[in-house]
Amino acid sequence: MSTEQLTQFDIDRTRGDFRYDVKHEFDAGTGLTHDTIDYIVDVKGEPDWLREWRHKALDIFLAKPMPTHWASKDLENIVFGNIRYYLAGGQKASRSWEDVPDDMKRTFERLGIPEQERKYLAGVEAQFDSEAVYSNIKKAVGEQGVIFVGSTDGLKEYPEIFRKWFGKVIPTGDNKFSALNSAVFSGGSFIYVPPGVKVKHPLQAYFRINAENFGQFERTLIIADEGSEVMYMEGCTAPKFETATLHSAVVELVALKGAKIQYVTVQNWSANVFNLVTKRAIAHEEAEVKWIDCNIGSRLTMKYPGVVLKGRKARGEVVSIALANDGQHQDTGAKMIHAADETTSNIVSKSISIGKGRATYRGLVHVPKHLKGCRNNTECDALLINSTSRTDTYPAITVRGTGNACQHEASVSQISAEQIFYMQQRGLTEAQAMSLSVNGFVNDLVRQFPMEYSVELKRLIDLEMEGSVG
Amino acid sequence: MTTSVLDREPMTDTPAAPTRLLSAGPAAPGQEAAWNQFTKLPPPTRTDERWRFANVKDLDLGAYLPPLPFDGAVREDLLTRSRGVEKSAGRMVFANDQLLTREVFADALSRIGVIWLPLERAMTEHPDLFQQYFMREEAILGGQKFAALHASQVRTGTFLFVPRGVEIDLPIEAFHWLHGDNGSCFPHTLIVAQERAKVTFVDYYESADANAPGLACAVNDLWLGAGASVTYVCAQNWSRQALAFQMNATVVGRDAWARSLFAQVGSRHLRTESVSHLRAPGGRSDMLALTVADDAQEVDARTFQIHEAPNTASDLLYKNSLDDSARTIFSGLIRVDPGAQQTDAYQKVRNLLLSDEAEANSAPGLEIKADNVRCTHGATSGQIEQEELFYLMSRGISKRAAQKLIVHGFLQEVIDRLEAPAIGKKLAEMVQAKFAAHA
Repeated sequence: MSTEQLTQFDIDRTRGDFRYDVKHEFDAGTGLTHDTIDYIVDVKGEPDWLREWRHKALDIFLAKPMPTHWASKDLENIVFGNIRYYLAGGQKASRSWEDVPDDMKRTFERLGIPEQERKYLAGVEAQFDSEAVYSNIKKAVGEQGVIFVGSTDGLKEYPEIFRKWFGKVIPTGDNKFSALNSAVFSGGSFIYVPPGVKVKHPLQAYFRINAENFGQFERTLIIADEGSEVMYMEGCTAPKFETATLHSAVVELVALKGAKIQYVTVQNWSANVFNLVTKRAIAHEEAEVKWIDCNIGSRLTMKYPGVVLKGRKARGEVVSIALANDGQHQDTGAKMIHAADETTSNIVSKSISIGKGRATYRGLVHVPKHLKGCRNNTECDALLINSTSRTDTYPAITVRGTGNACQHEASVSQISAEQIFYMQQRGLTEAQAMSLSVNGFVNDLVRQFPMEYSVELKRLIDLEMEGSVG
Repeated sequence: MTTSVLDREPMTDTPAAPTRLLSAGPAAPGQEAAWNQFTKLPPPTRTDERWRFANVKDLDLGAYLPPLPFDGAVREDLLTRSRGVEKSAGRMVFANDQLLTREVFADALSRIGVIWLPLERAMTEHPDLFQQYFMREEAILGGQKFAALHASQVRTGTFLFVPRGVEIDLPIEAFHWLHGDNGSCFPHTLIVAQERAKVTFVDYYESADANAPGLACAVNDLWLGAGASVTYVCAQNWSRQALAFQMNATVVGRDAWARSLFAQVGSRHLRTESVSHLRAPGGRSDMLALTVADDAQEVDARTFQIHEAPNTASDLLYKNSLDDSARTIFSGLIRVDPGAQQTDAYQKVRNLLLSDEAEANSAPGLEIKADNVRCTHGATSGQIEQEELFYLMSRGISKRAAQKLIVHGFLQEVIDRLEAPAIGKKLAEMVQAKFAAHA
């Protein structure tokens, strides 16, 4: 995008609370009005159908009430008028290493992240090496016919595939925040895997972030055509220094007949971020979709990855780890909508609450009428570290008919005093013993993460556990 | 509620133009505040989490009339039909909120200090005690409007006060009958057990005509002092056309043990709310329920286990068998308050689906704010195992009979938890009768 393009459009910057911050090349200012939408569309050079679509989404967003009748009242603290909905161009250099808080710097040191990398992870500087890595991945998968581009490029270069599925898995009006995302989205990935192609490398947003600025309202669409396989990873494994207050993404996955998609997320936003994400997949006949989700950071995360099991013998799985520390509320869970015979789903959720942290599991399992041979299994385990920690479980299960079986189990426990005593008696400090115990609690799930993620995840858990004892 | 129904003969004349319940106003002047609250509160909506899954359209009260009068023949008929367990300490029989009889069979009930009276007499004769316990716990699971309706309409019921150290071995029974078309009744049971007192109480809710439309809105509250033990059973068998509500609050004191069992057989649409407050260390509450739902019945059960003090325990088991196009809802929550360490809470709901049209909704929830606890819950929905059916059929039992046997076994687990064989037998008969009627 260039400034020439911008000048082609005559934008009235005096109307409403629409402000233009000259510090950035492209900045939609704070607040959200229909002008903001026009600005984004103009800057991105998007087609008219999308302009209309975004405007409609904004109306829905404005009309929809906050879901506080079931969700946390903390949502009311989001001031939509104070948020910048679109930034591009010059914002990268807006932070300096000095701005990074000390505790964050120490964390990087503890994680053994190289100096250059630290700066990148802190959002201070772009990581030059990763550009090359990204290009390599792109080249390798490109030869197989895989499309792996940003969502903006996707809709421009591959409109016939993009439009077919865009907004179909998660309609704009699904919830207030999916409507918000639909109105202002930018960034995110578009992936198409042709029939029968099995992508060997996991595709990582981590590398792509640098190629295109990863927005706070990113939109990802992954389509795995018949019999193909793909694994996608997003997020990074180290604390990300982020000044944003609202992150609201929409992720749509489509697994066509016999396809397999694995989607791995490690979320570690800083503790002032509202992370409100809508993620859903459609699994066609004999397709498999697996969400592997780990939430460590943020102030409030609300995320319930779902799978609509649309074809016979489709399978959906959610593996979720949440760690809630002081001032954090991890409200996570899963949705499984069975819509065909012999579909199966599995949800395994483990949460750890430390200090005054609160971890919530919220689930939905729906087996409507006249289906046969559907199975769901849900397990939720919560671990409470301190006497001020809190955990909740709110599943909702609807089953119709005689051909199906659902089971749900949840437990809440604390670390056994005997275990801690045993380890201390073997010479470990109490903190080490606690860490070991917590890692043991999530170990079977962590092992399902890709190797490098699971190693750092363990370290992160160690870090979070620090100072929580006593 | 200022005049005692004991003082007047049952009404025999039929009023010309019946006033509908919704325009009738409160039962007595003293109940005006509750009536105002009832009319002011909005009707439930499905977007309210506490009414999630429920068919709120079913809850229209417009068709119903205030408690209807009946004649002497009906009175005799209902008295003979009021059959409980073989040996009981005493019974009261009510029909359309009028007391028909109060009979004492065991000396225990006449012991010093035991108060066992129709509600309106307890109110006038023991006003302080009555005020201390009567509807003191707010309906917090969504049914405030219906609790207010009850409070504005309640005319009679059971008041049972068991003083310190008194143990009543035999169960005490109350029968509440609903008679006539579109009539209503508002059964109330208030049990107060003081320190180390022990008592078992059974409410039977029945309709004179198994297919007459009607409204029943009941409240039963249990108060347990230190070391008290109360077993409460509610056998609900209103007509197949009845709309019914039940609201229960159980307040458990130090080292006390409350056990409640709700057997749900009747009603077209039933909403139940049951709350256990574990208010002092050592308290325990066992919350049991079994539901036999068929036809187009909807049974909507909400529960709340509140652990307010350390070292308390609660154990919930709800079992539903669903046939035809029946719907059940179980929405339960365990809450462990900050500081309620050493809580041991359990919650289990099991749904057995017998037909393709049946629908079971389960929402078992946990809210835990203390760390040194053991809290687990489980929810299962499934059908009869083909292997079990095959085994029984290979022994020469017909498929239908085999199914019934399996469902019986499924529900019997709940009944057995009562550890009261005589009452258990009665409940099993009730379940059996429903199956027999269904065939």
